[in-house]
Amino acid sequence: MARVNTRTRFIQGNEACTEGALAAGMRFFAGYPITPSTEIAEILAERLPRVGGTFVQMEDEISSMAAVIGASLTGVKAMTATSGPGFSLKQENIGFAAFTEVPCVIVNVQRKGPSTGMPTSPAQGDVMQARWGTHGDHPVIALTPFSVLEAFTLTVEAFNLAEKYRVPVILLMDEVIAHMRERVELPGPEDLEIVDRRKPAVKPGEYYPYDVEEEDGVPPMAVFGEGYRFHVTGLYHDAMGYPATGNPRLADQLIRRLVRKIEGRVEELTMVDEVQTEDAKVVVVAYGSVARSAARAVRLAREEGYRVGLFRPKIIWPFPAPRVRKLAARVEGLIVTEMNMGQVFREVERAVQGMAKVDLVSRVDGELITPVEVLTAIKEVY
Amino acid sequence: MKRIEIRLSGSGGQGLVLAGIILAEAAVRDGLNAVQTQSYGPEARGGASKSEVVLSDLDIDYPKVIYPDILLAMTQEACDRYAADLQRDGILVVDGRMVVKLPAVQARVYRPEITNLAQERLGNRVVANMVALGFIVATTGVVSIDSLKSAVSDRVPRGTQELNLKAVEAGITEAVRWRENEREN
Repeated sequence: MARVNTRTRFIQGNEACTEGALAAGMRFFAGYPITPSTEIAEILAERLPRVGGTFVQMEDEISSMAAVIGASLTGVKAMTATSGPGFSLKQENIGFAAFTEVPCVIVNVQRKGPSTGMPTSPAQGDVMQARWGTHGDHPVIALTPFSVLEAFTLTVEAFNLAEKYRVPVILLMDEVIAHMRERVELPGPEDLEIVDRRKPAVKPGEYYPYDVEEEDGVPPMAVFGEGYRFHVTGLYHDAMGYPATGNPRLADQLIRRLVRKIEGRVEELTMVDEVQTEDAKVVVVAYGSVARSAARAVRLAREEGYRVGLFRPKIIWPFPAPRVRKLAARVEGLIVTEMNMGQVFREVERAVQGMAKVDLVSRVDGELITPVEVLTAIKEVY
Repeated sequence: MKRIEIRLSGSGGQGLVLAGIILAEAAVRDGLNAVQTQSYGPEARGGASKSEVVLSDLDIDYPKVIYPDILLAMTQEACDRYAADLQRDGILVVDGRMVVKLPAVQARVYRPEITNLAQERLGNRVVANMVALGFIVATTGVVSIDSLKSAVSDRVPRGTQELNLKAVEAGITEAVRWRENEREN
């Protein structure tokens, strides 16, 4: 029998998320505890001070999001964690972070909504909110872990993407993954690639914070307090960061650059796990905890001779539409399984453009979709 | 080893989530894969509570219990709700005082007075969860007793190890008594 090595641990998704954040270099957390994300705040309250970091329990979710943005501007990797109702409250400041290009990570452990809903029950009802929760066109990235290990690795990835592209990144967990404990072997520092934001190469007097010379559309970011003067505003702004609301040409350039920064990189930002899709006639699309049920259903169906596969996006926003389209060109049907009433289903339909039949297995009673439900759908569609 | 599913059910405050974590940690010490999940209401005490453990030497995909091989029911309500899910020829352990009405199931049924044992032998009903763990592990052999004991020592609050380990022992002793009775009958 396998020996247990020293890195083997038996931990919760929430705990793995904190380990990932610390490994990525996160040193500032501000939040307001809420089920089912509370363990993240609890653990970080203990761990952050020990590594010279800062933990602040704020008066609410709005201020905690604001504190995260402020901390990040001073050069610190910062995050917050919340669930449904708290995620709603953070939206305005998430928009501010997206527009002012402040890197940060927001963990949203999805529970059953709307409103206070069912605090201890899982759901995936915030997929569209992660994309469009704040007003106006804006760039955003969201990741959906399906295991305790991925709660670690995708948290590291969330910080890397936030730093690389200067965007808020949302780690879209769900109650099952957050509270589930499983045996994991966490990667060590030597196995991880850690990305830090690019700093300006020019002297303070020559720095224009929003002047994009780089081809990648991501301006270098100075640390507030290191002598670089810059202005940060949620108004449309010029290269210095000063308000420039009366300039349609500049407004057009700015918003198009910001959205293109992420949407223009869909291929690069596609992170998908495909299992047995090569010869598949029907493919199940699933993410987060539901992908565990789907994986089992696919395995059981294969044992019965059905040619089925699993398509599991780890980055859900930007949506991997080009990959879905490629898949649709060679399969007969896609089954989207999710704990909401069809949020990713509609994205898949949009990507597929009628090339394949798309069905939905939806469960919205606060319980995880079972393998049998997915298996039954496979047999019906096949 | 095939997939083994264990469900520990009762009400909030009985320590079933902790019991599930310890059982799963013991399995990890035995070199197995383990996943533990839980479902409970928003209350700290009272309300239905269940903790589920899935064990396998392979990867575990679906993390929840579908048809438990082993079911612990610490309340009548839990027993009524979950007994029908039991795997055919599975093992049902109920708290013999709390569960007075037994459902008709095709299973090996054990009715140790778990909570009462905790109160009488250890003077503290709070450790009923540990008595239950000792009983289940000694009866089913699902994990090794050594791994169970070291998992208990590592997980319970400091200063309570001795009490909790004694409670595990009480559960093991009770399991031996049941086994001997089974033989006589």
